[in-house]
Amino acid sequence: MDVVQFSKEIRRQTLRCLHSQGSGHVGGSLSIVDVLAVLYSKHMHVDPKQPKMADRDRLVLSKGHAGPALYATLALKGFFPEEWLDTLNKLGTRLPSHVNVNLTPGVDMTAGSLGQGLSCACGLALANRLKGVKRYVYVITGDGELQEGQNWEGAMFAAQKQLDRLIVLVDSNKLQIDGATKDVINVEDICAKFASFGFDAQRVNGHDFDALDQAITAAKSAQNGKPQCIVMDTVKGKGVDFYEAMGAGVHSTTVTDEQYAAALEELK
Amino acid sequence: MELRKEYVNELARLMRENDKIVVLDADLAGAGGTKPLYKEFPDRCIDVGIAEANMACIAAGLAAEGFVPFIHSFVPFVARRALDQIAVSVCYSEQNVRIVGFDPGVHTTSNGGTHMSFEDIATMRAFCNIAVLDVVDGVQLRKALPYIVEHKGPLYMRFVRKQTDELFDESYQFRFGKADKLADGDDLTIVASGTMLFDALEATKRLQGEGYSVDLLGIHTVKPLDEEAIVASARKTGRVLTAENHSIHGGLYGAVTEVLSARCPTLCDAVAVRDKLTQVGSLNDLKRDYGLTADDIYVRAKKLLATK
Repeated sequence: MDVVQFSKEIRRQTLRCLHSQGSGHVGGSLSIVDVLAVLYSKHMHVDPKQPKMADRDRLVLSKGHAGPALYATLALKGFFPEEWLDTLNKLGTRLPSHVNVNLTPGVDMTAGSLGQGLSCACGLALANRLKGVKRYVYVITGDGELQEGQNWEGAMFAAQKQLDRLIVLVDSNKLQIDGATKDVINVEDICAKFASFGFDAQRVNGHDFDALDQAITAAKSAQNGKPQCIVMDTVKGKGVDFYEAMGAGVHSTTVTDEQYAAALEELK
Repeated sequence: MELRKEYVNELARLMRENDKIVVLDADLAGAGGTKPLYKEFPDRCIDVGIAEANMACIAAGLAAEGFVPFIHSFVPFVARRALDQIAVSVCYSEQNVRIVGFDPGVHTTSNGGTHMSFEDIATMRAFCNIAVLDVVDGVQLRKALPYIVEHKGPLYMRFVRKQTDELFDESYQFRFGKADKLADGDDLTIVASGTMLFDALEATKRLQGEGYSVDLLGIHTVKPLDEEAIVASARKTGRVLTAENHSIHGGLYGAVTEVLSARCPTLCDAVAVRDKLTQVGSLNDLKRDYGLTADDIYVRAKKLLATK
């Protein structure tokens, strides 16, 4: 499956997962689908049969509420049966709304209380260094999430410790629950902020597969003692017109039978 | 020997044996006493700067990869400043992080007020699966450390950096989750944790001198609590007094009365901080002001005994 088809299938399975619950974090799940498609088709060194393989790349989904998009990706890669996607948030599920390292094969860190993922990823990167594992640690954060001050503690630490195998991917969909990020608390210029914290920072269209691929390739090959940041300009609810048109309300919204059918029609 | 010296010496010994132990500090490696480890283990000692929340999560990441990180600071910074990080990235995430708080409660003395915490046991104890330790002296600390490294799950411990008093000798054996029986008696049970054990011992001797027989239980593991020892003692004496360098809300008194109310309803009282603001002062003045002295234990013990 090429990356275009893979991303389409991740969107379909993400909505399947959310539809099983009838609602959920639709917008921020759909906005990261394309980077997940690029990562898991071209970059992540992982083995679905050995999800805890020592010599693997790690992904910390710091915006843990986008779990459904990661679950769809992992299910399609064969980490667990696709039927699990129909169990989102049901008591005893392996797929909680926010990601949990102890429940889901392929999930490398628990997240959900925003702002903690970058720090945890620093710990994973340090662990790799101590063990001599030369693999990458990816972190996906939201742009609104960068309002949490702990991110900047993590950023300073990553630069100080020269964690150049740490790659921060910022999902800049420009919306948060209470409105446009620029109207709530402006986080821009994200690239300049990370650069000033000692990162190499790039900005790309987060729905352009080639641009994402090139940016990730460049970040991996930098190896210059600087942690890496890629700010991805994205659209919340990407791929489904009526979700894209919802604005901030798409953060957590319904996936009714009718909406699900209409979305699948659009994602054919 | 100062507890921080006992601590760092034993930790160094364990780090030589076990390459999974990692030490993290938040700009208090010098004050806390871990500084010498940075020379011997430069790769496994990490000063994160003044960023305790970051430290807790970095530790969670290290633990997720099989390391056993020890994070250190004064009690309120390591246990309160990083509370949500401990809740989510450590406890909910079931990571083997060791959270080490220096100078609990009144031991903060001249740094009191902002640096003083009377609620750490209560908050930590409420998290799922975390072990909570209140250490009394250097021997207990040293004897506990090998176990603490091996313990499965998150663990919080508090101890006084500079204290030099000693209760136990080399024959002491640390048993996780078990009370230390320091006196045997039928009239009254005193349950004391951490450094309050010194005061409890003094009060016990005074009561014994007056002809009372006291069951004295030293508690280092507040969670999981040695329920059997407490229930057995309460059944025997019918009166229980707790003593802790902590708020009366949710600490040792809370833990003991939770057990007794369900299994052996018993008249209890507490020597603890009764909802009073933190403040600066000398150790003795603070203990007097908060009612945490051997005298306070004696007076409350006599009141409990008078109800029999």
